[in-house]
Amino acid sequence: MNSLSNNLQPRSMGPLFSAKAWTAIILVTAVFACLPILNLSFAPGHTLHISAYTIGLIGKFTCYAMAALALDLVWGYAGILSLGHGLFFALGGYGMGMYLMRAGKSSPDIVPDFMTFLSWKAYPWFWSFTEHFWYAMLLVLLVPGLLAFIFGYFAFRSRIKGVYFSIITQALTFAAMLLFFRNETGFGGNNGFTDFKRILGFDITSPQTRAALYWLSLGALLAALILGRAITQSKLGRVLTAIRDAESRLRFLGYEPLGFKLFVWTVSAMICGVAGALYVPQVGIINPGEMSTENSIEMVIWVATGGRGTLIGPIVGAGVINGLKTWFTSALPEFWLYALGLIFVLVTLFLPQGIVGLIRRLGRREKALS
Amino acid sequence: MKLIFPFWRRLLLIAALALPMHMATALELVDRATLAGLASDNNNDKIEAINALGQLSHPGAAAILEALGNDNVLITSDGSVLVVESAGKAYDPTTGNSIAVPSGAEPITINNRLRRALQAAQASAELYSPSPVVRLAAVKRLQKEGDASRAPIISKALEKEQDAEIKQALTIALAASTIKSGDASARRQAAFVLGESGDANFKPVLSAMLQKDSNGQFAEPENNVRLAAETAINQIDRHQSLVAWAGNIFFGISLGSVLLLAALGLAITFGLMGIINMAHGELLMIGAYATYMVQLFFKAYLPGWISWYLVAALPVAFLVAAIVGMILERTVIRWLYGRPLETLLATWGISLMLMQAVRSFFGAQNVEVANPKWMTGGITVLGNLVLTYNRMVIIAFALCVVGVVWLVLNRTRLGLFVRAITQNRRMADCVGVATGRIDMLAFGLGSGIAGLAGVALSQLGNVGPDLGRSYIVDSFMVVVLGGVGQLAGTVVAAMGLGMLNKFIEPFWGAVIAKIAILLFIVLFVQKRPQGLFAPKGRSAE
Repeated sequence: MNSLSNNLQPRSMGPLFSAKAWTAIILVTAVFACLPILNLSFAPGHTLHISAYTIGLIGKFTCYAMAALALDLVWGYAGILSLGHGLFFALGGYGMGMYLMRAGKSSPDIVPDFMTFLSWKAYPWFWSFTEHFWYAMLLVLLVPGLLAFIFGYFAFRSRIKGVYFSIITQALTFAAMLLFFRNETGFGGNNGFTDFKRILGFDITSPQTRAALYWLSLGALLAALILGRAITQSKLGRVLTAIRDAESRLRFLGYEPLGFKLFVWTVSAMICGVAGALYVPQVGIINPGEMSTENSIEMVIWVATGGRGTLIGPIVGAGVINGLKTWFTSALPEFWLYALGLIFVLVTLFLPQGIVGLIRRLGRREKALS
Repeated sequence: MKLIFPFWRRLLLIAALALPMHMATALELVDRATLAGLASDNNNDKIEAINALGQLSHPGAAAILEALGNDNVLITSDGSVLVVESAGKAYDPTTGNSIAVPSGAEPITINNRLRRALQAAQASAELYSPSPVVRLAAVKRLQKEGDASRAPIISKALEKEQDAEIKQALTIALAASTIKSGDASARRQAAFVLGESGDANFKPVLSAMLQKDSNGQFAEPENNVRLAAETAINQIDRHQSLVAWAGNIFFGISLGSVLLLAALGLAITFGLMGIINMAHGELLMIGAYATYMVQLFFKAYLPGWISWYLVAALPVAFLVAAIVGMILERTVIRWLYGRPLETLLATWGISLMLMQAVRSFFGAQNVEVANPKWMTGGITVLGNLVLTYNRMVIIAFALCVVGVVWLVLNRTRLGLFVRAITQNRRMADCVGVATGRIDMLAFGLGSGIAGLAGVALSQLGNVGPDLGRSYIVDSFMVVVLGGVGQLAGTVVAAMGLGMLNKFIEPFWGAVIAKIAILLFIVLFVQKRPQGLFAPKGRSAE
């Protein structure tokens, strides 16, 4: 913990971002926002054409980045390492999936095949109103939020922290995965939801819809970044950092950490839920595999690689690791797990502050040299 | 496992039945009068002859009955009976002489009615078989039939029977066949016997006695017999719930000892040393693969000793896992002491690499690790509960490992140092404990125990690259529930979880039971964050 706190000296609560940072953010966002235009306006084969595959990939990474950012809020700033963010991500995805399942049918009351196999004639109660888009979106926010709130309330109240909290979140996610794997739970068992057709009346496979989803994801990521920055730059954010570095001391000073932790934990879960909801229409499937232990821990390594406690770092980390994954699984599928395992080990041993920390250190050294 | 026992019993039965066919000439003879009915055209005569053969109850008669069932009994044109030995050859059961099959001899065709009679006669013939296994099987069949007409045969057999187990089975069979007929006192006596047997198969018969017909009359007219039947039903129910409980306890202990084995290494590395080793599951897997390698070695070089390969696998698995563990500790984990969350990530990375390495070397498919002969089968208790040997061995093994770990931690110098470091690392360092070396050895011990657990797990389930993954959450749950640094807590938690799981399973099914238990632990840790056995005293962060 010590090295990390040195890196994050108390800053003045100035503006959200410095002018330089704003420029960089807007520039990068603009570049990424242009990509679908290149895809739509140039025919395949043209030098400036960007394939739909690339757009889909970046859109997917954007959602991952959002989940990583959410995880960074709790891990990087409040010191709560969650091994259960895959659960919130998947719950958001299932919320969206419920709407998409019903939107694709000629009538929203026709039950999907997996319910027919269970000889269910109508949708069970927890599916009610999911044919309305806005209600489903409410679920996307509220279900992960509520679960996180209830779970967090009990966990933080009994002062479970550190690795205990991590292991308990892992157990919770594992239990949820087992639950969703059952056919009788009513979420399609191990096949989950797939074969989506329309979203809000638009064809889900058309390039225009995909571009819109991409822009939405990009916008949501930007919004999450600004929200995260607003939280961490506020007084509340300072308390969170204090919780991370010396929770007992903070308590002795008269603060009750419960509310602060609970707030950031719930917000993080909700951001993660939104990321999951944006992810599902772009990849076209959601199944309980998203809740597996592996997925949640992979999210942690995105954050660690990019640099925790930086908000930008997780976005970079999610991009880098998933870029590598995409390359490896097509070029050297046998070696991807070796590479990922090595990244886990090397980052924890040699890059405790991640890529962003490394760049900062190099920058400082250059300044000192000049 | 459950299938194996009846299966080999059946095999023996078949072997015993096949035997008389080939020893035809040495068989007892059957007189001509008994067989005359078989040659008759009238089915009633045939049945009478079959029954008479059954009453004879000697191997010679049994051989004829067996042959009848296989359409191997011929009637010659002059009305004498021949039993086919092999193609074209037959023997005359009245003389025992082998002769060539004369022309015009035709096999007796067996219709359904005859076949029923035949089966019944065979059963009673088997009651006198020299093999106790055959006798017992025959008695068991008679118990199920509960045919009143068999009562005389059974009581005759009961007089001659010497074997206590078969005698008891015969008494039950007699009761089953007299419960519906016989006089009131015999029926009452039968109800008592059936109740004593505790066998759920008799429940329908007994319940039927208490039913009222359309006229409001009880099927069983006698009041005190009804009372006896009622008592018997209660007795059977009690026995069955006893069996269910005993089964739950046995399988609970069995599951608990598996959890205990899987978690014990973790209790040392996590509990005592505070290292979150996410690669613990892969150390289990390495132990299982070491077992597989030892098995291959024995198959290739020591085939005579193959049934003892497990014993050799124990030290091998321990050493391999311990060495892997010590390498991990020296190269990665030692740099991360005091940073548990980072340890978690690094060891997860290692677990990914180990899994992939095993996939590269052994393939992604499961490998086959066989149970040695002395671990297959089981003993049957309380009528129908099979306690398999492999589970019993693993329970005993888990207890031994716990004992050894306890001894190492509490009675050796290494254990003393490990406990000293757990209590106060700096102080231990100051008084000259080589903390670095002890860390390595302790981590090696924990890993080695995981390897031993891998040997046990290879005997229960599939051995594949994913073996460790399925145990990692469970193992951590056991250690967290038991309380960190508490060996006793680990044992109690593992056994408790095993039992709880098996007692919930019959009601909610395996998956929901698992979910319920995970939620239970999550809730439990809210109440007692330190686990079942919290260390007493003050501790500050």
